[in-house]
Amino acid sequence: MTDERHHWRNVVLLWLLATVIMLPIVVFVIGPGLPPGNGTVESHGQVVDNTVLLATATPVALAVLVYFAYALWAFREREPGAVLDGPAIRGNASVQFWWLMITTTMVLFLAAYGTIRLLADGSGGGQGPNPIATPASAATDPPLQVQVIAQQWQFTYRFPGYGGVETREIELPANTLVEFHVTSLDVIHSFWAYELGVKADANPGEDNIAYVTTRGPLAFHVRCAELCGLWHGYMFNGGSVVSKTDFASWIAQQQRLYAPATKAGRAAAPYSKTYFPTPLRRGG
Amino acid sequence: MSVNAKRLVGVAVCTAAVVAAIGLYIGLYLLRVPGSVAAIGTAAGSQLNLATVAAADQSDPHNTWVSYYAVDANSAKWRHDTTFVVAANTLVHVTIYQYDTSTGLRNPFLSQPTGTVGPLLIDGKPTAVVDPTSPAHTFAIPQLGVSIPLDGVSSTAKNTCSQAPCSLSQAHHTVSFTFRTPGKGLYRWQCFVPCGAGFIEGNGGPMQTVGYMGGFIKVV
Repeated sequence: MTDERHHWRNVVLLWLLATVIMLPIVVFVIGPGLPPGNGTVESHGQVVDNTVLLATATPVALAVLVYFAYALWAFREREPGAVLDGPAIRGNASVQFWWLMITTTMVLFLAAYGTIRLLADGSGGGQGPNPIATPASAATDPPLQVQVIAQQWQFTYRFPGYGGVETREIELPANTLVEFHVTSLDVIHSFWAYELGVKADANPGEDNIAYVTTRGPLAFHVRCAELCGLWHGYMFNGGSVVSKTDFASWIAQQQRLYAPATKAGRAAAPYSKTYFPTPLRRGG
Repeated sequence: MSVNAKRLVGVAVCTAAVVAAIGLYIGLYLLRVPGSVAAIGTAAGSQLNLATVAAADQSDPHNTWVSYYAVDANSAKWRHDTTFVVAANTLVHVTIYQYDTSTGLRNPFLSQPTGTVGPLLIDGKPTAVVDPTSPAHTFAIPQLGVSIPLDGVSSTAKNTCSQAPCSLSQAHHTVSFTFRTPGKGLYRWQCFVPCGAGFIEGNGGPMQTVGYMGGFIKVV
């Protein structure tokens, strides 16, 4: 065996050993703890996706690290003296072939995987006004519609199915498919409900639809994820997923609490899925 | 001294001057603290008197911008500060003298006052909701759920005040409400009416600059 083949064999064996050790750790130990958690069907899907990405990247990263560490050890300067260049590297058809094959396969696999996952249910992302990745359960069970209205600098939530009541906080019933209609009254914002696994841009004049299927009780954070002006950093609030009974009680309470605003709002501006800022009420 | 030594000294002096200038700039920036106004302590809590006006006073660098002011109880003395210092876990009684004309709410939901202890009084009258087209401004502390619509002065009103300071004899609405402060902390407040006249969608200028239509509630 030539010296070069000997080094290759060592590197490959070390890489295989590291991969065999690290992959189960990545998939079974690190993976389940990856963001954004398992609070909803969509967020769980994102945890799975992140695990797949990490598991795919692990052998690649290990190859680089093992090669680097091996080179440091095997090709270290053993005797002080003049540092000489190694032999010139010539073309190696075999290495080039496998390099292209492996990287192409990985890229195509990730592209196909991502596309399939995205088309399954939208993965919690905004899909515009005509979503193509509607969760299957929407056909049999009408989703709960929630309009997310962004304004500099707060989110409010309108429930068209409950008399159009608008609220400052958001509660959602457990084990329910929710259809978010995300829009903005002024500039571009982004509705990012982290633990729900939902992120959708809020654009004026646009009805950006995103789906989420809730599971059990969950507290979640909502942040604006689009730099939107002076108080962008303060544009956050929280929400929770509660039992269906608690949700019914909460929404009834909100309807009573905000009855005057709901009535005034209905009179001033009928329910709409999109809004355009009124640019000139007094030249401003 | 050789030419090279002279060059070296010149470069060192210039570098030191630039570093000192940058340091001075950063230092002055860090030391610059916006002014604040403390609520007046009373037996029933603390009292905060504010005013909103269509344009800041003549001496202000942005004297065409709409702005909030802190004023004393008889509205005679105006201070252009928008950090309001209040005590923790107490009732804060707020009176706002609103001199500006209507712009209207972009979101009618904000026509209902929320987060108050007791009713919202507009010119002494309890108000559950206002016409969404009538507010000139709002006073809102989103983190505390406080949102108060401030009715605008009629555009046909006589003796209006278009620039700070204004007097109580000029056309205005007196808006009063009370809210309870939480524990110590810094909370932002803002106006939700797009009232930045002359800016795109009304959201520029005074809406994007602390000290005009937004500031802080410093709970101590």
